Amino acid sequence: MILNLALILGFQLTGEVLGRALALPVPGPVIGMGLLLAAFLLVPGLAARMLVTTQGLLAHLSLLFVPAGVGVISHAEALGQTGPALLTALVLSTALALVAGALTFVGLARLTGSKGTEA
Amino acid sequence: MTALPDIWSYLSEEPLLWLTATLVAYLIGDAAFRASRGNPLVNPVLVAMILLGGVLWVTQTPYQTYFEGAQFVHFMLGPATVALAGPLYSNLHHVRRTLLPMLGALVVGSVVAVASALWIAQALGVEGAQLASVAPKSTTAPVAIGISEKLGGLPTLTAALVILTGIIGAVIVTPLMNALRIRDWRARGFAVGVTAHGIGTARAFQVNETAGAFAGIGMGLNALLTALIAPYVLSLFN
Repeated sequence: MILNLALILGFQLTGEVLGRALALPVPGPVIGMGLLLAAFLLVPGLAARMLVTTQGLLAHLSLLFVPAGVGVISHAEALGQTGPALLTALVLSTALALVAGALTFVGLARLTGSKGTEA
Repeated sequence: MTALPDIWSYLSEEPLLWLTATLVAYLIGDAAFRASRGNPLVNPVLVAMILLGGVLWVTQTPYQTYFEGAQFVHFMLGPATVALAGPLYSNLHHVRRTLLPMLGALVVGSVVAVASALWIAQALGVEGAQLASVAPKSTTAPVAIGISEKLGGLPTLTAALVILTGIIGAVIVTPLMNALRIRDWRARGFAVGVTAHGIGTARAFQVNETAGAFAGIGMGLNALLTALIAPYVLSLFN
């Protein structure tokens, strides 16, 4: 468990250092995720070994963004003006992206003859 | 015996109180979510945010004081992002089998999510740091917060926008897909994972196992892709 945590923090640290050293636009933890995925592919059995820790960290992922989420109250004044605009943008953009993504998937699946289960 | 105001002045300055409050507020939110039988509108994070926001407002506690306690939870966002490699790896066999539809849907879904949000928000008069905060709203929160910091956005605003996007996606995905007669569970799941991250993925798992697995992959891949494209798309709007 501690070894797994040290590994995960080590990958995050490597990601942060790489990201800063190479001035990458990608956040350090995302680079760390990519590196850990590469490690899983290279070292058979590592993913299974770390499963308890990765699952444990992700089981209550949504708890982790409560602190940042509460911070929205510090923007309450600015949001009084732009709140409706932001909400409209979120609703429309989410609908557009859902439709665009799903239609692309269906179209390319038909093109490549890939079949899945249907609703 | 110490007077109550003195105890309060001690507690309100120490991390213990706000760390505990964060966990308790989330537990209440989670209980409310279960009691509503998984209604996506009763989102545990949203409930916790409203409860904590109310407590901070009533007790006149500055957000900075709250965050000194809550930062221990906040810190775990980084390791959790790294841990996303786990589910991504265990679903990789799906990726190999449907590589082309996935990559196409990922790129189209991700670009549409970022560009359309920026375009609509800007057209409605949102600008500057607030506009930058909108860009990563379809990505899972830990990644979105990181991207927002990089782009000069407001990470706390991004966190709220991400949660709202997740709720919106989870609520509209089933009626929207039914209306458009998109029946392939893989397409439905993948699109909601790309667009509405973890909250959409949780919703997909409620509806169908295959949809859930594909949503998880969509969320993981989009975390990588949004980090890469968001700076470029945003630069087109400045």
